[in-house]
Amino acid sequence: MQKHISIFLLLFLSLNSFAQDTLQAVKVETKTKSIRKSYKDVANSATMTGKELLKAACCNLAESFETNPSIDVNFSDALTGTKQIRMLGLTSPYLMITEENIPSVRGASQAYGLSFTPGTWIESIQITKGAGSVVNGYESISGQINTELIKPISDIPFFLNAYGSTDSRFELNTHFNKKFSEKWSSSLFVHGNTRVSKNDMNDDGFLDNPLGKQINVLNRWQYTNAEKGWVSFINFRYMKDEKQTGELDFDKDRDRGTTNYWGSEINTEKFDVSSKIGYVFPDMPFQSIGFQNSFNMHKQDSYFGLNQYDIHQKSFYSNLIFNSIISNTMHKFATGLNFTYDDYNEFVSVPNIDGNYDRIDNSIGAFFEYTYDNTDDFSIVAGGRVDKHNRLGLFATPRIHMRYNPWDKAVLRASAGRGKRSANIFAENQQLFASSRVFDVLNANGRIYGLDAEIAWNYGVSFMQGFYLFERSGDIGFDFYRTDFENQAIVDLYAGPQQALFYNGKSYANSLQVELNYELAKHFNLRTAYKYYDIQAEYLSGSAERPLQAKHRFFTNLAYETHIVEGGKQWKFDFTYNWMGQQRLPNTASNPVGERFSNYSPSFSLMNAQITRTFSSVFEMYTGVENLGNYQQDKAILGSNDPFGSNFDTSIIYAPVFGQMFYAGLRFKIK
Amino acid sequence: MKKLMFVLFVSLIGLSSQAQEKKKKNARHDVEVNGSCEMCKKRIEKAAYSVPGVKSAEWHADDTTLHLIINEEKCSTLDVKNAVAKAGHDTDVVKASDEDYEKLHTCCSYERL
Repeated sequence: MQKHISIFLLLFLSLNSFAQDTLQAVKVETKTKSIRKSYKDVANSATMTGKELLKAACCNLAESFETNPSIDVNFSDALTGTKQIRMLGLTSPYLMITEENIPSVRGASQAYGLSFTPGTWIESIQITKGAGSVVNGYESISGQINTELIKPISDIPFFLNAYGSTDSRFELNTHFNKKFSEKWSSSLFVHGNTRVSKNDMNDDGFLDNPLGKQINVLNRWQYTNAEKGWVSFINFRYMKDEKQTGELDFDKDRDRGTTNYWGSEINTEKFDVSSKIGYVFPDMPFQSIGFQNSFNMHKQDSYFGLNQYDIHQKSFYSNLIFNSIISNTMHKFATGLNFTYDDYNEFVSVPNIDGNYDRIDNSIGAFFEYTYDNTDDFSIVAGGRVDKHNRLGLFATPRIHMRYNPWDKAVLRASAGRGKRSANIFAENQQLFASSRVFDVLNANGRIYGLDAEIAWNYGVSFMQGFYLFERSGDIGFDFYRTDFENQAIVDLYAGPQQALFYNGKSYANSLQVELNYELAKHFNLRTAYKYYDIQAEYLSGSAERPLQAKHRFFTNLAYETHIVEGGKQWKFDFTYNWMGQQRLPNTASNPVGERFSNYSPSFSLMNAQITRTFSSVFEMYTGVENLGNYQQDKAILGSNDPFGSNFDTSIIYAPVFGQMFYAGLRFKIK
Repeated sequence: MKKLMFVLFVSLIGLSSQAQEKKKKNARHDVEVNGSCEMCKKRIEKAAYSVPGVKSAEWHADDTTLHLIINEEKCSTLDVKNAVAKAGHDTDVVKASDEDYEKLHTCCSYERL
């Protein structure tokens, strides 16, 4: 019961005015659902529970979305094995990615940040499509992904997870938890992963996945005083990640900085401290104050052949929020202040650009968000914020969300909002460093690398209808979103295969998703979606679709589990199918024959499968396969026989580089 | 948990014994309201919110209790009970008129005591 109260408090303190709606969602849905969607939530959001994350290999946050139709997982380059995510057809920099509502993947960590949160630490993930809440800032454009980590108060004393795969990656996760008193509890999470041997399945002389090792430690403390209404978290985190990739014969000690063999190293070190204090007025459960602070140090040193890229970022984020009501709980509001400080030290040495881009960004802002809920079939959230940023200037960010339930088990939603951000063009496009491209920023008068800030409006509508057919429940729905960029930092790969141009321009992205979920038989669930994307930008060469984006995608996930029998014994089966339509490829027409791609990639299918065997409530094992059909991109690296020549390019990746991959793991718990 | 219940209990007792002398801006009251389903919940809460001074109203079907937080300077629980009864739901003190009860949707026809 104490647990329930603290969970209740935590939800209140999630420093988000949608909190109350989330709470309702939790009450309404059954516990067995692994993705929760609500008919009452104002925003078009879904919550992936810890159960959903157990359906795939899910070694880290970047890999957690394989079974989720709202997020597309792409492959960013042929070298680092990094999975890149997209929502509404826009890449992760256009998403607000938060960890317990504190912005986490931003600035320097854009490229690899998602892979720095181990999957076992995650309690749940909330995915919100479209314009986000104004509470967390002005940067989000296409949506928000918020990760809730396991809370010390509800954690189990010991957890162990070991994982190994045929691409020679090994992972070990251990969690320890201790409850020191009724009020204080603490968890220590230790993660390590390594890839020990070199793989080259496509015989191009290059590693398909980087050699690497990572150590990642998080210690968090929770203070809960339910009687007085206080909850507090303090987190300390350290992460060190090393990757080495490139040619099989590359020896980093011998060949770095030479043209003997092409190689690359990406070394990242990260240190974070964050704190949260929340107070709920004991006689007014609808009124609360939250104060969160976070300090991050992020340091990436890397080279890609003869190109070099270093980025160090120190940032401080602070958010103060007050939640209350106007006359009664049908009218709620949230108001507060944010402060952000980022100190970047960036060094770029690539063809045509050589120098430091050191800069300090800071912003201060105030927000107000009003929520009306008629306690029945209608609610509206209207929010606005005003920020003063040393580079973006003084600007306003309006956002609005609506929800209406026209009849039983149906929900119609609409949202609109504005987002503004400075594009970290180098950090966000690191895959281009592993090529011979000449970099050129065409604008010179803007305040961020010569470019102006990115400004976009996002509009969306969605509809979902729950139904009951042949005594089984299901839901069907669609959503449509449009993102209009008044100004985007466009990356132009059409100008020529030896060029990467950056300039300001207009673009738009339309996305349509149709989704069906149905329980085919008891414990046998189908989740399927079709997605259509129309994404166009105004390039120098004219208006064209953005490269490496499939126009049509189809997704299906089948999940079956047996009844839990005595002692917690159970089998779980999971199968995911993804079909990707053809993708426009960057211009390679002027390359010599054999180092060219056609204008479009072929369409292809990918399949993943996993079986989990739970032996008891404390021990389970799982095994699975990724890319069951063994689909591989025919030619992953252009100019691989002459990596220091002018045709070398590892960034044109539309399909997996690595073929079939088998994995197995175990989970052990002490409760 | 026991402690919490105790604190709640004590504060409730505290509230009721002091109610006459001192009017609280955020007074918690639990009122028994008869009803049966989700539709009743919406109707009961809507009726409660129609009374100025009601800050929070949550009705639970399992214990047929309406949990209120009200500003006692603006209204009393009796005002809420009257409003709820007018909507067709019997409360511990004020009962709904037969006409109002008959107006309820069939699935809402709770057992009257």
